Amino acid sequence: MRLLYHLGRYYILISKVFARPERSGMYYRQIMRELELQGINSIGIVVIISIFVGAVITIQTDYNIESPLLPRYLIGVGVRDMLLLEFSSTMVALILAGKVGSSIASELGTMRITEQIDALEIMGVNSASFLILPKIISTMFFFPLLTILSLIVGMSGGYVVALITDVSSPQEFVYGLQYVFYPYYFTYALKKMIVFAFIITTISAYHGYYAEGSSLEVGKSSTRAVVHSSIVMLMFNLILTKLILR
Amino acid sequence: MIEVNNISKSFGDRLVLDDISIVFEKGKTNLIIGKSGSGKTVLLKSIVGLHEVDEGSILFDDRDFTSMSFKQKKQVRKEFGMLFQGAALFDSFTVEENVRFPLDMFTQMSYEEKIDRTDFCLQRVDMSNVNKLFPAELSGGMRKRVGIARAIALNPRYLFCDEPNSGLDPQTAIRIDKLIQEITTEFNITTIVNTHDMNSVMEIGDKVVFIYEGIKCWEGTRDDILSAENQYLNDFVFATNLAKTVKLIQNDKGAKD
Repeated sequence: MRLLYHLGRYYILISKVFARPERSGMYYRQIMRELELQGINSIGIVVIISIFVGAVITIQTDYNIESPLLPRYLIGVGVRDMLLLEFSSTMVALILAGKVGSSIASELGTMRITEQIDALEIMGVNSASFLILPKIISTMFFFPLLTILSLIVGMSGGYVVALITDVSSPQEFVYGLQYVFYPYYFTYALKKMIVFAFIITTISAYHGYYAEGSSLEVGKSSTRAVVHSSIVMLMFNLILTKLILR
Repeated sequence: MIEVNNISKSFGDRLVLDDISIVFEKGKTNLIIGKSGSGKTVLLKSIVGLHEVDEGSILFDDRDFTSMSFKQKKQVRKEFGMLFQGAALFDSFTVEENVRFPLDMFTQMSYEEKIDRTDFCLQRVDMSNVNKLFPAELSGGMRKRVGIARAIALNPRYLFCDEPNSGLDPQTAIRIDKLIQEITTEFNITTIVNTHDMNSVMEIGDKVVFIYEGIKCWEGTRDDILSAENQYLNDFVFATNLAKTVKLIQNDKGAKD
């Protein structure tokens, strides 16, 4: 029953979010602000994590293909496919669920308990749409760009490891990155990330928007936002993989 | 004028407002008083539509707010100005952006006109030269004044103030009270102030409604309040030693006369 209650309330919130905006100019300004807050400010963490993960995958792939029968360029292939298929979309999205999800939930939760959302409602502003729609648009636009960035940086991390260690020669590594490349993997990763962006933003916004009580409650709603959006995201990862990747 | 007719409101099994009827007059500062938890904030939030009432009706100048569609309510709400307990300024906006927000959202004014109107509202509450500051950089009293400036930006017909003096020193509180009263008479609006501050009652209470455990227990003017014979009201009004002393002096004076 509790799940149905939350699903119903989530649906009501989403239908309010996608109502016709009152003043598109104001929304444009909000979108620009959110692009900076949720997107540009996440570049650092995505770069740092991707470069190390790319480097580690390179070393681990090398460790697993020690057989002299297997060509060394397979390390590049492995790094590319692992980043493309799972890390740069799903794992980066999980990291963003922690960073962006908690930020959205705590921002909206604070606005709720300090009556800023009530102030918008009293003025006759659709608070759900004004506050949440720009976040959805900016994350659905920017998160796929972060996936691309993660791919580039992750592969660069692998390349650097290939360059400074004897795991593989840089030429073999680059050859592996290009070997039997399916462009469809790339669109698969981007499609997944767009869906994950929607899930992270809306679930986190839901928890923040309906926060009530004290600042302690805002903290709890922020934690719930990260946990719930991560779980739902992983469920959709399975569904999307089954549906898209054939 | 705002008419509240027989409204009731419950949260689960708990009846918070019980059959309340009040008329709030235009051009007057109407005060809702009562101790914490008496239901006065729920009453105010029900009037502005943040809570749906279970029974009864609320009329804004003969327009039945309770039976309106969501769209119609939104139109009426554009005539509201509200000052919240903590001012509820938008943290990510500067003072100027906060006051300009309703103008940006609902008017077709040019940028220059909006700036002029914003400056006028800020000057009206004695808050010039803080346009570029953020709410976090202001004191509690300053935030309240900016909140009033934002509330009057669209020339509202109705002004609602929820605990405007909470957390303020007595002098700043009186300043806020005076400001609310001046704006009410100057713009001829219907103002409802929710408070438990007896200083406010004696300063600006053109009409005072006392709520006790969700029931309207008493109504009158600030001049009537000291001589009222309602036990619950007297317990509330004369709760402090200062008020008790005033009452004793008044009784002595009455006896001598």
